[in-house]
Order: sequence, then structure tokens, then C-alpha cells
Amino acid sequence: MAIVDMSAREMAAAVRAGEISAREVVEAHLGEIAAHDHEVSAFLLVLEDEARRRASEIDAAIARGEEVGPLAGVPIAVKDNMALRGVETTCASRILAGWRPPYTATVLERIEAAGAIVIGKTNLDEFAMGSSTENSGFFATRNPVDPSRVPGGSSGGSAAAVAARFAPLALGSDTGGSIRQPASLCGVVGAKPTYGLVSRYGLIAFASSLDQIGPFARSVEDAAALLAVIASQDPKDSTSLAAGFDASEITSGVRGMRIGVVEEMLDGVSPGVSSVLDAAIAALVDAGATVERVSVPAARFGLSAYYLIAPAEASSNLARFDGVRFGLRVEGEDITETYLRTREKGFGAEVKRRIMLGTYALSAGYYDALYGKAQQVRTLIARDFAAAYERFDALISPTSPTVAFRFGERSDPLSMYMSDVCTIPSNLAGHPGMSVPFGAAEDGMPAGVQVFAPALGEGTMFRVAMALEASAAKPAVPVWRSAAAPGGAA
Amino acid sequence: MSSDQISRDETLHIAHLARLAITDEEAAIYASQLSAVLAHARDIGALDIAGVEPTMHAVSMRNVMREDVVEGSLDRDEVLASAPSSEAGMFVVPRIVGED
Amino acid sequence: MSLEDKYLITVGLEVHCELRTATKLFCGCANTFGSPPNTNICPVCLGLPGALPVLNKRAVEYAIAIGLALNCDIRRSVFARKNYFYPDMPKDFQISQYDEPICVEGFLELPVAGKRVGIVRAHIEEDTGKTTHVGSSGRIQGADFSLVDYNRSGIPLVEIVSEPDMESADEAREYVSELRAILVATGATDGKMEEGSLRVDANVSVRRKGTDELGTRCEIKNLNSLRSLGRAIQYEARRQMEIVEEGGRVHQETRHWNEDSGMTSSLRSKEEANDYRYFPEPDLVPLEPSHEMVESVRATLPVLPPARRAVLSELAGGKPSPSELEQIGTCVALELDGYVNSAVAAGVPFKLALSRAANELAALVGAGGAVANESFVELLRAEDSGRLSATQTKAVMSRLAELGGSVEDAITALGFVGLSDSEVAALVERVTSENPDEWSRYLAGENQLAGFFIGAAMKASGGKVNGRIFSALLAGKREVSRH
Ligand SMILES: [Zn+2]
Repeated sequence: MAIVDMSAREMAAAVRAGEISAREVVEAHLGEIAAHDHEVSAFLLVLEDEARRRASEIDAAIARGEEVGPLAGVPIAVKDNMALRGVETTCASRILAGWRPPYTATVLERIEAAGAIVIGKTNLDEFAMGSSTENSGFFATRNPVDPSRVPGGSSGGSAAAVAARFAPLALGSDTGGSIRQPASLCGVVGAKPTYGLVSRYGLIAFASSLDQIGPFARSVEDAAALLAVIASQDPKDSTSLAAGFDASEITSGVRGMRIGVVEEMLDGVSPGVSSVLDAAIAALVDAGATVERVSVPAARFGLSAYYLIAPAEASSNLARFDGVRFGLRVEGEDITETYLRTREKGFGAEVKRRIMLGTYALSAGYYDALYGKAQQVRTLIARDFAAAYERFDALISPTSPTVAFRFGERSDPLSMYMSDVCTIPSNLAGHPGMSVPFGAAEDGMPAGVQVFAPALGEGTMFRVAMALEASAAKPAVPVWRSAAAPGGAA
Repeated sequence: MSSDQISRDETLHIAHLARLAITDEEAAIYASQLSAVLAHARDIGALDIAGVEPTMHAVSMRNVMREDVVEGSLDRDEVLASAPSSEAGMFVVPRIVGED
Repeated sequence: MSLEDKYLITVGLEVHCELRTATKLFCGCANTFGSPPNTNICPVCLGLPGALPVLNKRAVEYAIAIGLALNCDIRRSVFARKNYFYPDMPKDFQISQYDEPICVEGFLELPVAGKRVGIVRAHIEEDTGKTTHVGSSGRIQGADFSLVDYNRSGIPLVEIVSEPDMESADEAREYVSELRAILVATGATDGKMEEGSLRVDANVSVRRKGTDELGTRCEIKNLNSLRSLGRAIQYEARRQMEIVEEGGRVHQETRHWNEDSGMTSSLRSKEEANDYRYFPEPDLVPLEPSHEMVESVRATLPVLPPARRAVLSELAGGKPSPSELEQIGTCVALELDGYVNSAVAAGVPFKLALSRAANELAALVGAGGAVANESFVELLRAEDSGRLSATQTKAVMSRLAELGGSVEDAITALGFVGLSDSEVAALVERVTSENPDEWSRYLAGENQLAGFFIGAAMKASGGKVNGRIFSALLAGKREVSRH
């Protein structure tokens, strides 16, 4: 098997056993990137030299008989909104172009300590605001399965990198579906953990009360292995939980499990995606679970609440991009003019739109009617989910109502926002959710099934995901593979 | 939410609060786009949820504190290297007109 | 009738107090004064993208201590973001407490004014960095550019907001000096106004006597000393009275006190300045001090100035005179009340102990000197017994404050080892015979001439004569001479 087709766990095992070197693993992936990233544009920055150096260090450590960690030699693509000391970190925004953070995000320290190698920084919708990666301040990323279509977003670069075999694992961030939706659209696994399970220190904030870092992988077990490495309490993040994740208990199946299908998330779903969900339900029943419909009424209000809360927090989080301490400055006559010009030039249209919306939602006279009310709706959503979890161990839904759309197809902001209608409620409630690829829907494009569990219910969630994966059709492959070898190369 | 329609003037005011320079033309576009999003949010505006506690956080923790122990600070040169302008160990900013 | 007689002044004060923690409020950078620019900075206090705040426990304990000392309720509190753009504010928002502060509804007693000032709230917030304006005129308006130092950014502050209960500049000054004494006593701050450890903003309004309606208030900033505070309030009140008198309206605004010109000037009056778009800080969780935490802070509180003043007032017989009240206030403010208590316990009369502590000792301590409590007691006993004159006592105290050492050594070194009774008697003979005119008048009943003879004796003896013994012998000689 080609190195790039191996799972992350297989790679790490082979590296640790000395069967292949970390350097070979890195070279294989750099080769794949060199050959095909011009078709995908997943990366904003490929860390060739650093990755090679790091691989050599790991090989040397193995030669010395040292412990090198569970992800030894495994390349990881990292969404470019996580700070890595000395390495350009941009959030795909021109306002941060050239910024080299003087510190490293906790998650990146954790994966490095586990022996993983950051192979590159991936593209995203600017400041993670978007669902297609078209809003990147630099260039759009393409869906490896069909480059005329978007990879989803905002973690489109990370999802595409994993789907394209540029790395077996990637890190993304999910504020309203930014891991799960692109995972679904690219045909990979993507998980948003419970809020607080993974440290946000060093994650450039979009909406602080919703943001959560999570893994991408081509298999559920690989995703679990990465989550196990990054899930632990961080004293630098006040909202981080005293909890971890044990990946060893996810294979016990779903026999006897009660699984609910969220009714509110079935509206407006495309026929292809709908059939994918039906097949998934049948697979779970076959595996011994009972599956029933359940109503989570307040989930209907998720989108509205989200588009008040997230922009409000963002308007404040993004104030610091002012041209004073780092990043772009467009000099003006005085400080105010400098602020105005810097932010005018540095931010893209979607970022400005959300800053405006959030500023409005917080401004005098509107707080109670907008932000305050949205926070109350959040309580209702959490309450309704809690009620559902009294009857069900886990819930499922489509991840995205549709398959990947074509570039420019959704130019109106609201229609783009609708992409996240199924994923947003779990961010508001703080519960975990993940997308598992389950075959193809319209035009042969991949579609994922979303699995939800109560807070810190990752074990249950991954068990359901494992069961789905076991009966899923072969995942879609990058276009260059299907063209070369119809039927897939796996 | 008595009205979902945001005026152009209101849009310009919001843009200034957020320190975003926008043209009158852009203000008109933003005004209509923001109005559309707010119109969509009308569903929660109509909800009668007086008395429901707001959720600020998905986590219910309290009293997260650290001990008062000094840790290392950053190297000044490294920090100033990524500043747009610096002098004498400090960040340089254009003149500040009395405002806040 | 002067303008001041026609109007009532109302003053409310906001005092920002820098806490004496080892580190900043939300990061592990050192909380020090005077480091080279931008050397105590990290991703958190520099507001770098991705950095997150973590609350300093010691700062919370100090805030609780302040709340308890000001008789406040300690409550569940929530941090909020106050959003505004300014280059000294690295995140372009300040983390503060807004509608749920940690301390609410307290009070503070003003002993001299004899009134109680309400404390609305005391809350925790972070300090800003410092901008230095560089330009030809050196003033903000004319500066070409500014330099920013973020060492101060994130230093913990407690902001204490009073009710508008003060009615004069004097009351405002007394409030700040009393508050300062309490804050210093809790250990929360060093209270140095000149270093910015204590910063005062004053809200001043005036209204014509006989009307109930409060006038429009102006907030005055840049009050760096008690003197500035008093002058600024007087100036501002007068300015407002003149406006109202001429039929004008006072505009609500923030004004800047200029110490050199002795005037306040408008700083900003932009409408939008008030739209801070407060919302709960999502990167921090609520602060709910437990009963145990509050009680453990309470247990560490020292005896505070009001209680210490009460002890001295008790020694004054429960009803101190106004001048004694002032002396008591001085002693407590300078933490010299322990000297008075010790001296009284050793048998020194209260009035003498209070006077020596509030005047001589306070002056010496204010100038940087120090006298041991035991020495102070020993010295006052010598004065009380008549062994040392008041002048000698003061001289010994000065020497002790400057050079230290024992009281006896100081007395010897200054040559205050007293003359024997027979030597004093000889001096009486000498000065009376040398000044026969004065002696006759003294004999005739001009008692005040006793002072003249004491002065002459002091001069003749080089200050070694004990005035009290001399006076007694002088009076004795007059009795004998009259018969
Ligand atoms: Zn710091």
C-alpha cells in the first residue's frame, strides 16, 4: 500500500516499529502535495523544510530508542487560524498577512508532543467566516472530488487536504459547522468535540463561546486517535474542561442503543442526502440499534440565534486587528483614520458584514432584543436537546442539507448561511457532533451523516460513527484518482 | 425588534463604531443585507421567552482562577519585529485625536 | 452673597486602585512599576490573536478584602467586555465587570465631616497600556505620533464608585484620604497617587439652593493628588455655577484637569463614546466567591482605620475635640496610632501622646524617618516626668528619627543630661539679678515674665535647663521675696 493511503495509526505504528521512516512519510505526502495541490489549493503554506527537519528528529529519536508518541511521524494539516511560533499565521486574511506569532497554540504543542508533524497551514474562509472557503482573502480551495465545486467551509483547506491524501489527519475549527460541513462535502470524517474538551489557546477566535477545535481524518478511528491526543484540560483556557477522551472504547457497537433522528433537520434536505440518511438509519437498525424520530423544537431557531451571537462576539474579537501591534497597517492622518483604512483594506466583505451585524446586535438599544434574546434561545436549545437525550443515547441528522455546490452558486449571504442549519444547534448547546461520510448523493458527490451526543458523550458518538462507517459505501476519491483508475484506488 | 429595516445612516454609524471605512454605496448594500439577516431573525424576536435564563457559555464552570505566580514574558524584539512601526522599544501609532 | 453661597455642590468619586499582586490580572506577566517599556508583555496582555485570559486568584482576594473593608456585599459577578478603540487598549476592549460587579452597596465614614458616603460598587478590571505623545507641543492634540508601552496593560485594578454624597472639595479630599488609608491597610495597594496606584475621577454637578433637581454632571480626569482633586472640584463647580447663573446649560462631558493652568477643559463629548457594547466576556466563566473564600479573606483583614480611630476616640474620653479628631485621623492615616496606644498604656497622658505622634512624629515619618515604638514611649515618659522639656523632647525625637540608637544615648549626645537642682537654683539667682527691672515687674504680678526668665536661663545654660524645674524654683523665689 502506498504510504499516503495508509491510516494515521498504521503510519505511526510503522514509523515506531522502524518499518518506514518519518522522513519517508513526510516525503510521500510532500510529493502528493507537489503533484496535486495546484488542482485543490488546500494549503496557504506548506512547511517543507520544517516538516523534513522534524521528521529527521523523530527518526533520530527512534534510533536512540526514545519514546516518540502515539502519532510519531504522522503529517497533520493545520487550519491557518492556529498560532504556530515563527510561522506565518493569517486566518486567510490580508489583515494578518505576514504575521509570525511569538507563541504556539496549545493544540499544536500537544500534537507535536505526540510525535505528529505539521506539514502545512490550510486555507479557510477568512477568520473562519463562511461555508465554502470562497471567502479566503487569498484564493479559493477546490473540492478534490470535483474541483468545480467548493470543499465547504470554513475549514475547507483541512477537509480537502485529508480527502486529497495530502495528510492523513488535519485540524479544523468549528463555530457553526466549520469542521462537519466540509467533512461532509469532501467525504471525510470530521468531529466537533464538546465545548471545552480541546483548548482554544492559540486558536484565533471567531466566536469564543462557540469555537472548538477538532479532527479531520479518513476514518473514524483515526479521528478518534487525534482527538485523544488533543483533548485535555489546559490551564491557559478558562473554559477548558477537566476531561479527556479515551479512544479505546469506540468499537463496542450500537447494539441496544437508542438513536433519534432529529425531525427539525430534515426540512429542505436534498433527495440524494435524504436517501443517504435513510440508508444510514437502515444500517444502524441492522447493527442492532433502535432508531426513531425525535423533535428538538428549539433547534429551528438555531440559525437565527447563531447569526446574532457569533457576529456579536466576532465584532469584539476582531477589534484588535487595528494596525497597531501586528499585521497590516494602512497609515492615515491620525489613529482613527488609520483604524478605518486598515480595517477597510484588511478585511473581506463577509468579515465586514459580520462585524457590522455583530456591532449592531450589541449596540445600545438592541442588546436585549437581539443578543440577549439569542442567548435565551440558546438555553431553550440546550433544554430541548437534554429532553431528547433522556430518551436517546445519540441523535443523527444530515450534516449538510446538500452536497458540495459549485463556485459562486450561493452569492447571497443568507443562502450560504443555510448550509449550517443542521450543524449550528450543537455549537449553541456546546454538545459534540461529527460527520461520517456515508456514500454518495447527487452527482456522485459525497454526503455525510451527522451524529450528536450529549456533552462529553464523545465515546457514544464515536461508537455510532464506527457503526455507520462499517456499512458505508466506499468514500469518494480525488478526481485525479478516479480519472486514472475508475472505481477508486483504495 | 420593532423594525427589521436598517437605514443607511444607521449603517454608517455602525460602520464607524466598528472602525470600518465604507462608502455610501457599500452602506446601501450592507443596509439591505443586514436587514435581510435581521428579518430572518424575526422568528426569535417573536418568541415569548421572558424569564428564560440566558446561556452565555456552553460550560457551567465557575471560579476558574490561577495562582499569582510570575511566568516568563515575551522577547520584546521578537514582538516588535512583527509590529507595523516601532521606536525606542515601543509601538508607534499615528497621532491620537481626543476621542475614545 | 457669593455664588458659592447660592449653590450646592454634589460630588461622586470613582477611584481606580492598582492591586499589589505579583502578576497581572489575566496573565503571568510581572506587575511591576518602572520596567523598561514592553518588557512585561505576553500574548494575553498584548492582545495577540488567539490568546486567552485566566483570572488571577490573588486579585480576586484583594477585591474581596476591599469590599469587606468598605462594608460591601460580596456577590456573584460576571466579567464583561467594554468595547472601544484606543491604542493603549490592546484588544480594543477592556475586560471589566458591568452589571454584575463583585462588591456592591457599602459605605465609608468620613470622621471629620461626620458623614457616611455610600459605596455603589467596587469591581475588578484590567488597566490599559500607556501612550506617550510625541510632538512639537507635547499635547495630545498637536502630537505627530504616539509611543505605546504595554507594561501596564492588564495590571489588576479595583474601581470603587461612590454615591454622589459629597458636598464640597474638602469632603471629597477626606473621602479619598480615608479610602486610601483603608485600601493601604488591607494590603491591596501601595496607595501611591503620584505613581498612579490610586487614580481619581470626580463627577461634579451644582444646583441652586432650594431646588431638588440635580444639575448635569461633568466627569473630571487627571487628578493626581489630593491637592489637584480639591482645586479641580472648586474650579469646576465655580465654572458650572457661572454657566447656570448666566442662563446657560452645563453639558455632560468628560473634562481634563490641567494642574498648571488650574482649569478643566473639555476632553470629549462624542455621543458614540457611550456605546461601549458591553456583553459578557465569553473567555471567562462567572466568579462566585464561596462563603469559605470570603471568610478566609475576612480572617486576614487587619484592624481597619475606622476601628483604630474608635480606640483613640475612646482614650479621648469618647468625645474628642475637633482638633483631637484631626490628630487622631492623622495618626491612623499614617499608622502611628500604635505609638499612642503604647504610650498611654505606659502611663503617658493621652493628649501628650496624641500631640507628639500627630505632630512631631508624623512630620518625621513623613520625611522618611522612623522611631521605634519603645523609644517613643520612653521619650514621652521622660518628658512627662519633667526630666526633658518639650523642646528637648522634640530634639531627641528628631535625632532618633535620623540616626536611630537609644533614647539615653540621644539625650547624652545632645547634652540634655539635666542640671542639678542646685545648679538650676543658681541660674534663677543669676538671671533675676541680671534683669532687675523684669524681676520687679514679675514680683508686681506680671506672670508672663516667667517666660522671659526661662528664655534667659535657656540661653545662659545652652538649653540644658529643665524649664519646669526652673519655673518651680523661680516661683518659689517670688513667694520667698514677697514675704
Ligand atoms: Zn502578559
